[in-house]
Amino acid sequence: MSETEHAKHLSLITVVTTGTPMVIEQIKNQLDRLVPVHRVVDMTLLGGSIERELAMVKIKGSGEHRVEALRLADAFRARVIDATTESFVFEITGKSDKIDQFVELMLPLGLVEVSRTGIAAIARGPEGMSAR
Amino acid sequence: MTEEMSGAEMVIRALADQGVQHLFGYPGGAVLPIYDAIFAQKKVQHILVRHEQGAVHAAEGYARSTGKVGCVLVTSGPGATNAVTGLTDALMDSIPIVCITGQVPTHLIGNDAFQEADTVGITRPCTKHNYLVKRIEDLPGVLHEAFHIAASGRPGPVVVDIPKDIQFAKGIYSKPKTFPHTGYKPRIKGDIEKIKQAIDLMAHAKRPLFYTGGGVINSGNAASDLLRELVKLTGYPITSTLMGLGAFPAADPQWMGMLGMHGTLEANMAMHDCDVMICIGARFDDRITGRVDAFSPGSKKIHVDIDPSSINKNIHVDVPIVGDCANVLEDMVRLWRTGAIHPDKKALGDWWKQVDKWRGRKSLAYRPSNEVIKPQYAIQRLYELTKDRDTYITTEVGQHQMWAAQFYGFQEPNRWMTSGGLGTMGYGLPSSVGVQLAHPKSLVVDIAGEASVLMTMQELSTAVQYRLPIKIFILNNRYMGMVRQWQELLHGGRYSESYSEALPDFVKLAEAYHAYGIRCEKPGDLDHAIREMIDVDKPVLFDCVVDPKENCFPMIPSGRAHNEMILGDAAESLDSAITEEGKMLV
Ligand SMILES: Cc1ncc(C[n+]2csc(CCOP(=O)(O)OP(=O)(O)O)c2C)c(N)n1
Ligand SMILES: [Mg+2]
Repeated sequence: MSETEHAKHLSLITVVTTGTPMVIEQIKNQLDRLVPVHRVVDMTLLGGSIERELAMVKIKGSGEHRVEALRLADAFRARVIDATTESFVFEITGKSDKIDQFVELMLPLGLVEVSRTGIAAIARGPEGMSAR
Repeated sequence: MTEEMSGAEMVIRALADQGVQHLFGYPGGAVLPIYDAIFAQKKVQHILVRHEQGAVHAAEGYARSTGKVGCVLVTSGPGATNAVTGLTDALMDSIPIVCITGQVPTHLIGNDAFQEADTVGITRPCTKHNYLVKRIEDLPGVLHEAFHIAASGRPGPVVVDIPKDIQFAKGIYSKPKTFPHTGYKPRIKGDIEKIKQAIDLMAHAKRPLFYTGGGVINSGNAASDLLRELVKLTGYPITSTLMGLGAFPAADPQWMGMLGMHGTLEANMAMHDCDVMICIGARFDDRITGRVDAFSPGSKKIHVDIDPSSINKNIHVDVPIVGDCANVLEDMVRLWRTGAIHPDKKALGDWWKQVDKWRGRKSLAYRPSNEVIKPQYAIQRLYELTKDRDTYITTEVGQHQMWAAQFYGFQEPNRWMTSGGLGTMGYGLPSSVGVQLAHPKSLVVDIAGEASVLMTMQELSTAVQYRLPIKIFILNNRYMGMVRQWQELLHGGRYSESYSEALPDFVKLAEAYHAYGIRCEKPGDLDHAIREMIDVDKPVLFDCVVDPKENCFPMIPSGRAHNEMILGDAAESLDSAITEEGKMLV
């Protein structure tokens, strides 16, 4: 999470959680109670929000594994952002399950490690959060 | 109104501009520049406590008895950590406090420097908000915002952590008109549609009940006045939590006494059986609700609270109203007066008959004695001998606290200072120091237990230093009575570590502090001794030796419902009445 509107000193923070409706209500109220928080919006209740994650996936290998990794990356629209003769770092964005799936496929192909952001969400349509 | 000055001078200047007259504090390396600034002025009087926990409790007493913000100054590291209990206490009971803590210089933060503690980290969960000020430009805004946040909305403690280099740094001071946290806007006015719904429910109620709490006191005197007006207009019965005592006069026939774990039978039975519950500024905590799934099963519930996170937290309510009590009560009174309201007289008559039947059980009754002083009797005598005076009561935590709540009749708000949410032993003595400073001419009595009072006894020295004639009225039962009671009822009478062995001689202790000591052991001597306590113009330690085995009843054992209350006479069959599950609860 970083500042998203410098002039207004604002950040948009996405929190992902689970709970009964009463617990969710409580979480929202507790967040709202924090002095620096401007507004809490329930994206799930709102419906139609867009959720994305970014991950960087490092694999190490040679020969067939390397070729296969590149082919899969292509299918997932992952980009190569670093390469050596024995490794790649892929950058991939998408919904969490797509990233999960990609990481799982990379496992037998020499997966070294993954760095991922967690979900960032935004509402569809013309309105910003301050209008909701 | 802009001036150049040091950060330390800004602190004192901002306090003075906020109207602070008394600052409770304790010096140390990381606040020496601020102590220099204190030395150079006369507007803000510094009160030197003997422990930082005492500083916060004193500020709480000051705040609770005046409605103003209480102010504290402590040094870094141990100064700040010693203040944590007080801050947590203030958070739980919604008491407005601004606590200024010194910090090591900014370049040493994170360095394990001498007397460094991560104060904002430690106090984040026990403050309403906190700040670490890293730039002198931010200091004036932060100081004033701290007061705004502490006092507005649901009040609470705010910490401002100021590194020593910022205290030395020069900057421009001004009193800002707007604050950095523009998102902080507590909701004051209640939703009028919801208030109309509430009035409609109330108008058609057959078995209504007001259940009020500390929020009414926090909302100010207007809220108590409006509550009294509304309760009179409706003619409905009213009960209150521990924190709400005094908002409605205990002498009034509509008053049912306190509710909850040690509340009266009539209050708890009425909670259980009512059909419309009007909750104003209370929060359905576990001491009130008992077993949640059996809590007032047949009622529609209205809940007025300034903090949305208090609503629907433990108990589902039908009409939630977010707003300040005084504001919402004003709307309620107006709607009730102007609406065509025809309450069901017959049903209400039956309800009052039922209430009177419950009252007839005299749930607070105890067996009097001519031999030993019964603690209840001691509170009753204290009440009778102080009720016509301008009196403020503070307490420690335990049986004596509950007896004080049951037997001392509070007629006005802000007269009752007790640690409700956190239940902090050691609260009462320092709290009474703060109350007495705010009300120098009034009678201030700390109703204490002999175990609790030893936790912050050193503040007697503060009282002596500032000539504060506080009265510490110790119900000395030689036990951590409340612990002993639970052990008797829930743990087979195994009194593990609850006997107050090796107690000091409180009379000699008083003398050692240059205060005044009184001991009373016989019921017949009590009135005289209490009068002496009142008349002595000095801090008094009153060792009131009471029956060591008395239990506090009624009691709703943990995990039980309101209608499963245990009365004094039924105590013998109690062991079997407590479930295994109930033992697990605190
Ligand atoms: C700081 C703190 N520690 C422990 C407790 C648990 N506790 C609650 S009441 C009590 C006993 C209080 O004894 P005393 O002050 O003598 O009061 P009594 O119940 O005898 O009237 C204890 C230990 C507490 N509330 N606060
Ligand atoms: Mg005791």
